[in-house]
Amino acid sequence: MTINIENKNNDETVNSLNKDAESSRRNFIFGSVAAAGLSVAPGMMLYQTANARSLSDFSLKEGASSKVRWGMLVDTTKDVDWNKCVDACNKEHGLGNEKNSRDDQKTQYIRVVDVKNKGTGYSMSLPVMCQHCESAPCVDVCPTGASMKRPDGIVLVDRHRCIGCRYCMMACPYKARSFVHEVLTDQTENTPRGKGCVESCNMCVNRIDNGQEPACVEASGGAIIFGDLNDSESPISKILSKHGGKQIRADLKLNPGVHYQGI
Amino acid sequence: MKKLHFLEVEGNTKGFYTFLGLFGLISLIGVLAAYHMEHNGHWVTGMSNQVIWGTPHVFAIFLIVAASGALNIASISSVFAKTAYKPLARLSGILAISLLSGGLVVLLLDLGRPDRLIVAMTKFNFVSIFTWNILLYTGFMAIVGIYLWTMMDRPYNNLTKKAGMAAFIWRLILTTGTGSIFGFLVAREAYDSALLAPMFIIMSFSFGLAFFLLFLMGSYKYTQRDLGDYMVNRLKNLLGVFVAAVLYFVIVYHMTNLYSADHRDITQFILTSGGIYTFLFWVVQIALGSIVPLALLYGPTGNNRTMIGLASVLVILGGLAQLYIIIIGGQVYPMHLFPGMEVTSSFYDGVVASYAPSLPEFLLGMGGVGVTLLLATIAIAAMKFLPASLADEIADPHGK
Repeated sequence: MTINIENKNNDETVNSLNKDAESSRRNFIFGSVAAAGLSVAPGMMLYQTANARSLSDFSLKEGASSKVRWGMLVDTTKDVDWNKCVDACNKEHGLGNEKNSRDDQKTQYIRVVDVKNKGTGYSMSLPVMCQHCESAPCVDVCPTGASMKRPDGIVLVDRHRCIGCRYCMMACPYKARSFVHEVLTDQTENTPRGKGCVESCNMCVNRIDNGQEPACVEASGGAIIFGDLNDSESPISKILSKHGGKQIRADLKLNPGVHYQGI
Repeated sequence: MKKLHFLEVEGNTKGFYTFLGLFGLISLIGVLAAYHMEHNGHWVTGMSNQVIWGTPHVFAIFLIVAASGALNIASISSVFAKTAYKPLARLSGILAISLLSGGLVVLLLDLGRPDRLIVAMTKFNFVSIFTWNILLYTGFMAIVGIYLWTMMDRPYNNLTKKAGMAAFIWRLILTTGTGSIFGFLVAREAYDSALLAPMFIIMSFSFGLAFFLLFLMGSYKYTQRDLGDYMVNRLKNLLGVFVAAVLYFVIVYHMTNLYSADHRDITQFILTSGGIYTFLFWVVQIALGSIVPLALLYGPTGNNRTMIGLASVLVILGGLAQLYIIIIGGQVYPMHLFPGMEVTSSFYDGVVASYAPSLPEFLLGMGGVGVTLLLATIAIAAMKFLPASLADEIADPHGK
């Protein structure tokens, strides 16, 4: 499957070159995802990988498709320094460049949450970011439609439409959103950020549309798997179907796209 | 009963210009405060990613809620045919518009991008309660405007009842909408209650009437017009009923929350361990804002104008405290990502957030009050909103 070929006239040379490039990239990326999947679920054989669609298949030349639902699976039982994911996210999106904001005013797309059961003493850490809910409260409450969900399930903010009312922040059960409290300079090319708008994890939509994994997934050393939840052959779906996963505050029935193991 | 006639307030007087200047100055300071916040960004305020809506929202929502309440007097007169209130119906309508304008100015100027007002007015997401509110607010202005027109233009007087009914229904929906802004936030324990919508309606009755009484007594005092005890006593008795009704709703709201286990923590926080929020609840909202006004209005001081004025001021302060507790207290209390677990993070999960209102926020909120008073003051001088006299022989339909 190649959607990378825009020109549909039958120029065989171009076609075959594209296919070659596509194929090698696909193999590479898929290999990494599969390897990650294998490391998450030890003993589980992903022998059906040939049928699963690869990430690079989705490097968009067209609009996002509702046939896909992007999701993540976080294995909290792994001995991982989650701060690496935070650092990778900050670097990818150019976060942490506030000069005047207090700590409680600074943007965080992803944070490490430490959870402790007071009764048993059991504790764990996990990364929490926008959970990319299917029934996203932030999308429902946004008066202008700036807070939106792409057909492929990614929830993000249209920064040309956001009026900064912050109702989405009030509505988000995961506290996943931040408000830009000051004038920012030196934004990264892929993540325009401006004073007076709300922002949050966009699942590195810029990377996904280029056929890459989100930055936190890449930095997690296999502890976070990214993939298409609608594709039963994708590693993430396979692991979820075999080993299960939990969603944070599943009781709210928002059906987040981010799943966890070990919580 | 002597004939009632309406008369503009004399505009070309020192007193009028003094008030105009004072209210204009408060409005101007509010606008400058907003400019300071917008120019620098919200880092100059006490707001944060934890306390998202701050003091400006307390004022804005107070004014918006009071706006629909101020219209009550007109509704009682037109919809429920209580002729005693008819002389006040015009003032009721114009105060409703003024209060709503003041509230909306604050809400607008507290946006991160107020320059994008045009986006808010052209791009609608009809699932959003905010969108409904934008339509409800603009609709309210239009309907009350038409309502005033039918009252003030004699050939259209026969339409007043219909317009009044439309305005009454609209204001009920409007306050339900305002209450629902909070009521539908499932993630926040303090707000997750359908009781908020009716509670906001009864709060609007109380806050709106307190503001109405103060404006009425103030304007009659400074224009040396007669305002008899008949009218004032009716209004103050009504205010007492509304204050008691709010108190009833507050008790039911907290009792039901205490009853359900998942809302118990936040309720205990507000009622017992919330520091400033607990203080505001018991001392300002309950004692000063409810019990003392009830005592002043129904006790031996019930006929004393100063005491009625003081009771109205206390009701307003209690109302502001109540909204401060609902809006800010509800936000500082942490959301439970993992119910029953101890949670910590760099993003202040699991801890009570700190919030201290900053001066620009307070000044912006006061600016909304300034805009309200400025508009109402100009209106009563420009058009015939106030009866020339409300002396008992004119106001009392049973009087001779």
